[in-house]
Amino acid sequence: MSKAFSVDSVSFSFGSRQALEDVSFDVPEGCFAALLGPNGAGKSTLFSLMSGLLHCPDGRIAVAGYDMARQPAEALARTGVVFQSPTLDLDLSVLRNLTYFAALHGIANAEARSRAMESLEHFDLADRAHEPARTLSGGQRRRMEIARVLIHRPSVLLLDEPTVGLDLPARRSITRQVHSLTESTGLTVLWATHLVDEVEDNDFLILLHQGRVTAKGKMGDVAAGRPLSDVFMTLTGEAA
Amino acid sequence: MRRMLIALRAILEREVLRFVGQRGRFVAALVRPLVWLIVFAAGFRAALEFSIAPPYEIPISYEIYIVPGLCAMIQLFNGMQSSLGLVYDREMGSMRLLLTSPLPRWWLLFCKLLSSTVISIVQVYAFLGIAALFGIAMPLLGYLAVLPLLVFTGLMLGALGLALSSFIRQLENFAGVMNFVIFPMFFLSSALYPLAKMAESSQILHQICILNPFTHAVELIRFAFHLELNALAFGISVVALIVFLTLAVWGYDPARGLIRKKA
Repeated sequence: MSKAFSVDSVSFSFGSRQALEDVSFDVPEGCFAALLGPNGAGKSTLFSLMSGLLHCPDGRIAVAGYDMARQPAEALARTGVVFQSPTLDLDLSVLRNLTYFAALHGIANAEARSRAMESLEHFDLADRAHEPARTLSGGQRRRMEIARVLIHRPSVLLLDEPTVGLDLPARRSITRQVHSLTESTGLTVLWATHLVDEVEDNDFLILLHQGRVTAKGKMGDVAAGRPLSDVFMTLTGEAA
Repeated sequence: MRRMLIALRAILEREVLRFVGQRGRFVAALVRPLVWLIVFAAGFRAALEFSIAPPYEIPISYEIYIVPGLCAMIQLFNGMQSSLGLVYDREMGSMRLLLTSPLPRWWLLFCKLLSSTVISIVQVYAFLGIAALFGIAMPLLGYLAVLPLLVFTGLMLGALGLALSSFIRQLENFAGVMNFVIFPMFFLSSALYPLAKMAESSQILHQICILNPFTHAVELIRFAFHLELNALAFGISVVALIVFLTLAVWGYDPARGLIRKKA
């Protein structure tokens, strides 16, 4: 099976602080992969490297089959990124937020609008299309951000703690919706989180702690019959 | 190429919509130069006596003298506010959206710059219109002739803001920008007084004024109102634009600059 994400011997530091150390893993196509780690584990730094916000000086990263150092435009054209901090323009309408994003991927008005409405419908937000983004609830804003990154029909999604700050029902709903998106469309998802209850049995799991990968593989294999929270506690020394 | 133009249009539309939504910013952009023009100039003109110098061929009022400087000041403020917008954008995440687009990064930054320049030109013409209502008018054709130069000076001063935003974290504090960028650039220029006057007081300050790119933006606008091109000011402004743009693109490179510290 070909790899949607390939991270090979990646190290990165901010000055003297080592954020990532010799991180390596592969995520097969069509798979939901959870990048699980406590706060400060290096998840957001890894996402910045994988989305081209930071240059990777040591090691190699390939996204959607393209090397981020040599072919970043090709990789980004096939990637949807949802950042931990919201990236919406709250004063603009929901639809305009989506069409603006589409334009940044070179998709013009009529096509952009039709794709945006299709995506909003998928996330039950079509009836809010013409309202300012400010009027949406926290969970709806997150769903809108996920709807937005599907407009250019990416083959891989990077979601950096997309449920942070949401209540439990909203968290569960978004987590399930993205899981089912993987199941129905074959999209590959890399989902960063520090919450074990967002990881499902069939997920691929990468456990990151203090900038190092401490476990990786099928969630069932890594947990080996134990509750994932216990595995997380053992490997990181922190409660999930 | 078509994809790049689609992005340009979207970024321009977004910036204009944001500007229209921020009425306070538009009012402030107009009140600031009008206070200088109507209040400051009224008190200051008696203290300043200056001989006729190009492009002026007849004695002019002090109000007429400072109009080009105030046009450039509007563009300088706008450029700095846009760079604050970029810092805010980056903190709020929208800048990340821009930087993770597959389109060339230099193009996206240029789109941002051009959008901010368009907004600054709208502000300049609104200011010129109000000034004309107060009887402070430029030669009629000058209003047209100054337009391409305003695009150029807007790009140059915007590029300065863009470059600063990629390197200086303190830009988040607008008071810091006022004290360390806007005021020194404005006062150490020919906006409020001819440089010959500055030379009479201090040769060092005079030299600094000559090196200040803002001086040349002011002179380009001043000469354009009188249908002339100040070749020296144009040449220096071209160099300044190239330097500021290069710094901005360099600063927004993923391998260095501020993104590395802030991502």
